[in-house]
Amino acid sequence: MNAAGLTLLALCLPFLGALAAPLLTRILGHRAALVLALVPAVLFLHFAGFAAEIAAGGVVSGGYDWVPSFDVRFSFLIDGLSLTFLLLISGIGALIVLYAGGYLRGHPHQGRFLSFLLMFMGSMLGLVAADGFLMLFVFWELTSITSFLLIGFDHHREAARRAAFQALLVTGGGGLFLLAGLILLWTISGTTQFSLLADLGPQVKASPFYLAALLLVLVGAFTKSAQFPFHFWLPNAMEAPTPVSAYLHSATMVKAGVYLLMRLNPVLGDTAAWQTLLPLFGGLTLVAGALLSVRQTDLKLMLAYTTMSSLGLLVLLTGIGMPHAIEAAVLYLVAHSLFKGALFMVAGIIDHETGTRDVTQLGGLRRAMPLTFGIALVAAFSMGGMAPFVGFIAKEEVYAALSSLDPRSIILAVLAVLSNALMFAVAFAVALSPFIGKSVNTPKKPHEAPALLYLGPGLLALAGLVAALGSTTLHRLVSSPMASAIAGEARMVSLSLMPHLGLPLALSALTAVLGILAYLMLTRLRCALAALLAWLGWGPDRGFDQAVGGLVRLSFSLTRRLQNGRLDTYMTVTFAMIAIVLLVPLFLFGELPRPPIFPADIPLHELAVIAIAVIGLFAVLLAADRLTAIVSLGIQGFSVAVIFLLYGAPDLSFTQFMIETLTVVILALVMTRLRLSPTDHRPFRETLPDAAIALACGLGATLLLLKVTQAPFDGVLTEFFNQYSKTIAHGANVVNVIIVDFRGTDTLGEIAVVMIAGLAILSLVRLGGSQRRIADNDPDAEHDDTAGTVEARR
Amino acid sequence: MEPVFALLTGLFLTVSVYLMLSKSIIRMLLGVAILGNAVNLLLFTNGRILREVPPVIAAGLDVPAGPTANPLPQALILTAIVISFSFFAFLLVLAWRAYGTLGADNTDRMRVAEPEDGGPPPSGY
Repeated sequence: MNAAGLTLLALCLPFLGALAAPLLTRILGHRAALVLALVPAVLFLHFAGFAAEIAAGGVVSGGYDWVPSFDVRFSFLIDGLSLTFLLLISGIGALIVLYAGGYLRGHPHQGRFLSFLLMFMGSMLGLVAADGFLMLFVFWELTSITSFLLIGFDHHREAARRAAFQALLVTGGGGLFLLAGLILLWTISGTTQFSLLADLGPQVKASPFYLAALLLVLVGAFTKSAQFPFHFWLPNAMEAPTPVSAYLHSATMVKAGVYLLMRLNPVLGDTAAWQTLLPLFGGLTLVAGALLSVRQTDLKLMLAYTTMSSLGLLVLLTGIGMPHAIEAAVLYLVAHSLFKGALFMVAGIIDHETGTRDVTQLGGLRRAMPLTFGIALVAAFSMGGMAPFVGFIAKEEVYAALSSLDPRSIILAVLAVLSNALMFAVAFAVALSPFIGKSVNTPKKPHEAPALLYLGPGLLALAGLVAALGSTTLHRLVSSPMASAIAGEARMVSLSLMPHLGLPLALSALTAVLGILAYLMLTRLRCALAALLAWLGWGPDRGFDQAVGGLVRLSFSLTRRLQNGRLDTYMTVTFAMIAIVLLVPLFLFGELPRPPIFPADIPLHELAVIAIAVIGLFAVLLAADRLTAIVSLGIQGFSVAVIFLLYGAPDLSFTQFMIETLTVVILALVMTRLRLSPTDHRPFRETLPDAAIALACGLGATLLLLKVTQAPFDGVLTEFFNQYSKTIAHGANVVNVIIVDFRGTDTLGEIAVVMIAGLAILSLVRLGGSQRRIADNDPDAEHDDTAGTVEARR
Repeated sequence: MEPVFALLTGLFLTVSVYLMLSKSIIRMLLGVAILGNAVNLLLFTNGRILREVPPVIAAGLDVPAGPTANPLPQALILTAIVISFSFFAFLLVLAWRAYGTLGADNTDRMRVAEPEDGGPPPSGY
């Protein structure tokens, strides 16, 4: 099998793993994670095998036609950008699966959790490998759905359900915007593949729909990557178990939006709108995230807000359009995935071993958990941008991109320095302060985590060091190909740990100094921010609750009005609509029939039958007792049968006689058993609107029928049946031939309907103990057994 | 003859709709029974009216000798009669059961599925 075929198989592998996970966990317990981690590990090796080829400027692509008539292909394309993401997703994925094996050890639903995790991994891999628009969209929404499942994993807690629902609504809804944007791009460019779209940048930018497409795509990317003002779902997503937070909500899924922006940079980028909107929203997110992270005391929430801040920085760098910016984004993305994943897992370990995540309740853990402390420090140094870690290289490149003397760069550089200083402080608040100082009593007695837990963060932290020391290899295999793919032209990343004297280094030093100051003043800053937020009062998170509540109330009041449970309302609306549909077009389009010409030579017996039918009808209306009503119903029915007989339809007449007889007999049986009165007791003013609607319906039918019969008759079908019923179907009675032969399947359907009706009637008649059944359905009635199940469901 | 039938169809439909708009289930049932006839007449008239010549091919011939009544609407109506009867019978038994269990023949008092005082939905997540 060639590389393309193997890769398609590789993309399916996590889903197969997801299928096997519950069973494996049942057999092996938490050790199933060791087996399941092989899936991402194999994928990592598979994708790493492409590194040399892609570094030399090649791409790996393949796929097959999915919906050829719509030019939709299920195709993948692996270039430098995709490859970096694939390696991050599979590499960190393997560590996360191991970590989850330790973290949820003994959890009754661990198998389900690992299954969800692998499903997410498959979706995310598909997303970054996708070449076709539709494939990207499908995987995009799949990541939203799997993220929903993972956030809501502890579904017995309302907070988790709310967070899951919120994330799904925001990211899934943003996905719909993305779909609209992709369809617009398809319309503009005529292609459905990113690989072909990349060369059509000028054509797309010249299109009048460019701005609309850009805005739609941006809503999709910003919701997914938690950009201000859509950021609120990300901190709430911390309701998920920590492996999820480390994997989805810092290292991979939230970067999907950034990935999309990077992917579309050659097509949509380098315009005024792009270079205004991205730095604007990215910058807002950067600052807001950094400020909000200082406000938190929960380890995971602190990290979540710094993640938001980092995502803002990535969006800013992608959109700013300065030299070194793309390279900085690449390096920062890689560095962030490594250190933030590690720090989240450290926070999880602390939570797991001490029972609390509140930073004010923690202290002096260094003796009990020395290894975790070391890992935390390494990751925090990288996050703080200190040498000799990869975070340092990333930060140097970021400041290099912002070191320019135009006003925009100066503002952004100031914001970046301040935000980075706050992030520096938060990094050490997470990684340092729980470990130093006096020992504090925690809900659980702290001790070192098992190997499965510290393996993941340890390797990630180590990777941050190795990547920095081997920066030449990193740049050759990862950074340069990725930057080239984003820029749409060859780019070389060459920065190493060797510090170059200059503005970037000075800014780095300033960040560190400000960061240390902020760390020392953290409690004071936190109080100040808390006061500020309390003064603001309202935030998008509360706005979400208000919007959802408003939606529920709106739909409730609408339903109340439209579906009020009164059958007569439904009937009135239905028939009023029928009357409108019948009458309005006739009048509106001037399609009224000509005045009819009544034939003068109707024989007396025909007139008499018609008159009897009319009398029967009115007798039904006015009947004062049951028997009169039944007899009158029979009269109109039999009159119709006679009419059929007189006008050349003996078969109809025969059937109608039988059916009418049956109807009258059954009706008589039922009505004499029940004391039902056929009269209408309602006052005149209530029946008047009914009469008006009924008259309008009747008038509409009459006018329509007159109009139809005044048009010339098209006898094609009639001719056909007359012509062939003897010669083909060998029957003399044309009506019978149509029923049993030409329209035999129709008759079969008719028989089925009669049979189903018969069965339904039978079951209704023989239904025993119906009193109790209805009572069970009554929501007001209190039954012990139903109340019990309702409680259980809650 | 068609104008007469058009008027007759309209009248059937009027009476049937009026009965169905009532709140008493037995009147609604009567309306449903009449509705079947109204629709059949509508189909019948649409195929044009011709007196007394049923669409039967005489022995020894391959096609009808002269103009006959239109067979197509007749075939449709034949199906419709049977189906509307099964429908009517089902409704009748349903009404009978409903009366037996709820003790009501007025739709205002049949509120098991959609109770009058259903409160607002829960506001949580």
